[in-house]
Amino acid sequence: MRRDQSALSLCTAVLLSGCSGRQSALDPAGPSAASIHLLGIFMYVGAALVTLLVTVLMLLPFLRRRESPVNHNLFLWGGGVALPFFTLVALVPYVMTVGHETRAAPAPDRLTIDVTGSLWWWEMAYQRTGGVSAVASANELRLPAGEPVELLLHANDVIHSFWVPNLAGKTDMIPGRVNRMVIQADRPGVYRGQCAEYCGLQHSLMSFDVIVLPRAEFDSWMARLAQPIGDPEAPELRRGRDLFLTLGCGTCHAIRGFTGGRLGPDLTQLGARRTIAAGALPGGVGNIAAWIASAQHLKPGNLMPSYDQLAGPELRAVSAYLESLK
Amino acid sequence: MTAANRADATAAAVVDSPVSPQVLYPQSTGLDGFERVTAAWAKPRPFGFFTELNNNHIGILYIATGFLFFLGAGVLALLMRIQLAYPGNTFLSAATYNQFFTMHGTVMMFLFAVPIVEAFAVLLLPSMLGARDMPFPRLSALGYWAYAIGGALVFSSLFFKIAPDGGWFMYPPLTGPRFSPGINTDVWVLGLGFVEIAAVAAAVELIVGILKTRAPGMTLGKMPIFAWYMLVTAAMIMIGMPAVIAADILLELERAFGMPFYDAARGGDAILWQHLFWLFGHPEVYIIFLPAAGMVSMMLPSFARTPLVGYAWVALAAIAVGFLSFGLWVHHMFTTGLPLLSLSFFSAASSAIAIPMGIQVFAWIATLWEGKPVLRVPMLFILGFLFIFTIGGLTGVMVAAVPYDWQVHDTHFVVAHFHYVLIGGMVFPIFAALYYWMPVMTGRMLSERLGRWTFWLMFIGFNAAFLPMHVTGLLGMPRRIYTYPGDLGWNRLNLVTSVFSFVFAAGVLVFLFDFVRHLRSRPQTGLNPWEAPSLEWKAGQAAHGFRSLMPIFSRYPGWEQKGLKDDELAGRGYLPDAPTVEREALVTSPITAEPEQIMRMPGPGWTAFLAAVATAIAFAAMTIKLPAVGWIAGFIAAALYLYWLWSLDPALPREPADAGRGIALPLYRNGKQSVGWWGMTVLLISDAVVAASFAFAYLFFWTIRPGIWPPDGSQISGFREPIGLAALIIVAYFFFEAADRFNQRDRRLTATCLIVVALAAGAALALGWIWLDGLGIDSTRHAYGAAVWTLLGYVAVHIAIGAAMALWCLVRSALGMIDPWRCLTLRICLLWWRFTAPATVLTLILIVGFPFVVS
Repeated sequence: MRRDQSALSLCTAVLLSGCSGRQSALDPAGPSAASIHLLGIFMYVGAALVTLLVTVLMLLPFLRRRESPVNHNLFLWGGGVALPFFTLVALVPYVMTVGHETRAAPAPDRLTIDVTGSLWWWEMAYQRTGGVSAVASANELRLPAGEPVELLLHANDVIHSFWVPNLAGKTDMIPGRVNRMVIQADRPGVYRGQCAEYCGLQHSLMSFDVIVLPRAEFDSWMARLAQPIGDPEAPELRRGRDLFLTLGCGTCHAIRGFTGGRLGPDLTQLGARRTIAAGALPGGVGNIAAWIASAQHLKPGNLMPSYDQLAGPELRAVSAYLESLK
Repeated sequence: MTAANRADATAAAVVDSPVSPQVLYPQSTGLDGFERVTAAWAKPRPFGFFTELNNNHIGILYIATGFLFFLGAGVLALLMRIQLAYPGNTFLSAATYNQFFTMHGTVMMFLFAVPIVEAFAVLLLPSMLGARDMPFPRLSALGYWAYAIGGALVFSSLFFKIAPDGGWFMYPPLTGPRFSPGINTDVWVLGLGFVEIAAVAAAVELIVGILKTRAPGMTLGKMPIFAWYMLVTAAMIMIGMPAVIAADILLELERAFGMPFYDAARGGDAILWQHLFWLFGHPEVYIIFLPAAGMVSMMLPSFARTPLVGYAWVALAAIAVGFLSFGLWVHHMFTTGLPLLSLSFFSAASSAIAIPMGIQVFAWIATLWEGKPVLRVPMLFILGFLFIFTIGGLTGVMVAAVPYDWQVHDTHFVVAHFHYVLIGGMVFPIFAALYYWMPVMTGRMLSERLGRWTFWLMFIGFNAAFLPMHVTGLLGMPRRIYTYPGDLGWNRLNLVTSVFSFVFAAGVLVFLFDFVRHLRSRPQTGLNPWEAPSLEWKAGQAAHGFRSLMPIFSRYPGWEQKGLKDDELAGRGYLPDAPTVEREALVTSPITAEPEQIMRMPGPGWTAFLAAVATAIAFAAMTIKLPAVGWIAGFIAAALYLYWLWSLDPALPREPADAGRGIALPLYRNGKQSVGWWGMTVLLISDAVVAASFAFAYLFFWTIRPGIWPPDGSQISGFREPIGLAALIIVAYFFFEAADRFNQRDRRLTATCLIVVALAAGAALALGWIWLDGLGIDSTRHAYGAAVWTLLGYVAVHIAIGAAMALWCLVRSALGMIDPWRCLTLRICLLWWRFTAPATVLTLILIVGFPFVVS
């Protein structure tokens, strides 16, 4: 029993000191995550105290024989009713004030992003004002630092759940419904989000990077994203681009100004992404080639076939082309 | 005057006058009576394993089977922990891992936790209540065999790689026909549907057993506390399970016939499943926990050597938990985007359950303080339970806090939380119970020394595995992932969890070793090795339990009614003899436990076993798409059930028979006093929940798209047919009531009434079909049509059964098997109509009147 309590206190110490991580609720980087983390700390301390109380009370009769009679009411009214009642009276109103940043009322000039979960990848479509059509990206969410952003959450097929623990709690994405949440990152940085509702075979390989930029950088990035991709100069890249077309990649994948497929992730900025295939592999030309050649081996069951019949030079050309998209 | 003397004096007062010599079947208190009792309850040879119905036999099989499923699902957990020990491990494929966690949860919940607590109740409750058996032994046996065979089939799907893989709560649309076209999901829906029905059967049995077969004198307030807990649990199963059975039916209708209940593209909604599933799924946690808490409340007094502190508090707390648990289901849905206001309500309600929980915990602690507790192995497990369960309860308060849940929902924090609740709240008490009640099962004690090893390995292994898992979840690890990258800070915590999960398993292994060894080498204990106060320690292992049924006047008869065992053995209780060498039990009134009837119990037979086998084959054949086999097995099963039903309500002598202790009781009751009447009532409450769940689905579709109703462009035109339909059903119902009245006077009029019932019901079915066909509502185009067809189909099945019941009674009446006195069959069928008639009218109002009102 003693061993266990020391484990508990060790654990509490770990929690209080904060655990850093780019997918951690214990390392908040946004107002919602921060207030929830603070609520958590209060509850961990309270829970540790109650556990200690119960443990001591239940062990005492074995350690020390009492002769005086026991006051039943003290246990039943005091421990059974008053203790939980007053704890809850203190806790529940506090809880109701926490984390509601994510449910803030809509505001007209807020950046709005449609996030759609599909088996097993994410589409992020950045709405632009003034009747300009939205611009899409995939498996990567870029946010301007220090301002609330409105997310509209959709699901294409089954239920998914949008979760970036450093910024806020999760919200489910449900077919036929649109859930909204307001999210804010306080400072520039890189975080990670992951699907939190079991969605079938490759639920484990459905994550995305969250890249928080200063507002000016964000604006210029978005302006770049909206531009159509130009023709590459280098002959190998041109070859890669032609292969992309002849192999039929464009049926599923969009590259702005070039192809318009919607079944798979938009590849307009693939070369700039830190990961590919919804976080299944780190980015880079080598992994892009590996993914094209053996997508079914690396993430069995996903919609992308393995192009394992491609000759080496062809594979290199396509991969180099995709890597050049930034 | 001591309590024991008082009890004796009161007992003596029961013997008011000697029974007159004309009374049937005089009971002998001599040795010959004892021999007849033993002979009546003897286990048959050579096939007693399959044909015996007695609760000792079925209860032990039930516990053993549940424990086997615990071991199987535990091995799956260990294999998963190997996979998660390192980032990027390839020990299990994604598909296998997904099947494993689905089956781990499913088997632990549906095939281990619920069945084993019901099993302990089946084994222990009759003797705790001073009775000889459960009131419906054949139903117990059917329930057990259905569960064992159905469970084995579901489990074996793992070996054919067709195991369910949608997670234990099976959220559509992932589990719908489009995203899970394989039969994996059908295995879950049909296999567990079958097991759930068995669980409802056991609940019917427990409720009637607790209310109608207690020892004379054992008023509700004198019941052992375990009976209170089981009464609440069984009531929760009766109300909760049908909701998930209804959800299963809707899912299978969608999978098999394309009725789009959960398909958003055709007006359905995925959230409907979550409501129905968690309406059951949350109470499920308490269905598992309450019996365990009941067992703890029974064991503690034995080790503290003092009565439980706050008996009434604890009983009321159990009831409060039962009620509150049905108001909490939404706390599994905090992240689905429901409005904050309703979330806050459910958050507060979820937290409120901490109060009845606190009362129980502090009543147990006060009991320890009150007495002089002895630290034996079961007591160790109880302390482990208190420690672990307290932490699980506290993390439960955390996840009841809406914003906190948004972070930890569906992460390893929640996995850790509910393992603290379930392993702490249920597995540790079950192990305490196994150590404690082993002498009741095998007549021998397990080893104290090995028991301590088991406890410490399990306790340390559990906490060291699951406490760090809270942190893993807060560090961002979602549940149900088979692989993770190595750079997120989860590696060391996962390795620790994996290693210590094997320490926990080692504790279970030591238990198994001890169990096998104790069967061979441990000495027989006396009847009551713990000097416990409750009656199961007076019953011994004989199938009849008690030679005679003693009046009970104390919550702790073993401590307060001196000489109980001697009196019972000497035949000074009720029914000391089995004059016809048939199994007999005493039926008593539900509140005050006055003797009302001598009940002849069914003896050993093949019906229950064969019916379970045939039903299981029918379900399995439907699952793996062998319709021919399914139909044949289904017909055999139906024939067996009809044979079984026909044999109920047998001819019995009409004069009162000797019940011992100077009173005579009827052998037969035809109204509210009979157990059959109570069984049907409980069953119909479950039935009503299924109907209500379907109605909920219909209204739910309306709430999400309240614009035009009906939403699929169809028209509910005209009131003529539905009014005619309702009128026919009301006529049928009144004629059934009339049949029951006339039965007291005139057999011919009864027969006429029954014919009218059957004709009116048949006409209603025909009219309904013509009406519905004319409306042209398509069951596959829109969820609305699917809901209408399901509701009306459900009503139609009830009307058809009601018509069959009228014919059944007609035939039995013509054969002289129904008369003014022997009329229980008629009255039970009347209960069916008392449900069917209002259900039909309400359904018609919902379908015809509701669109009229809202549009």
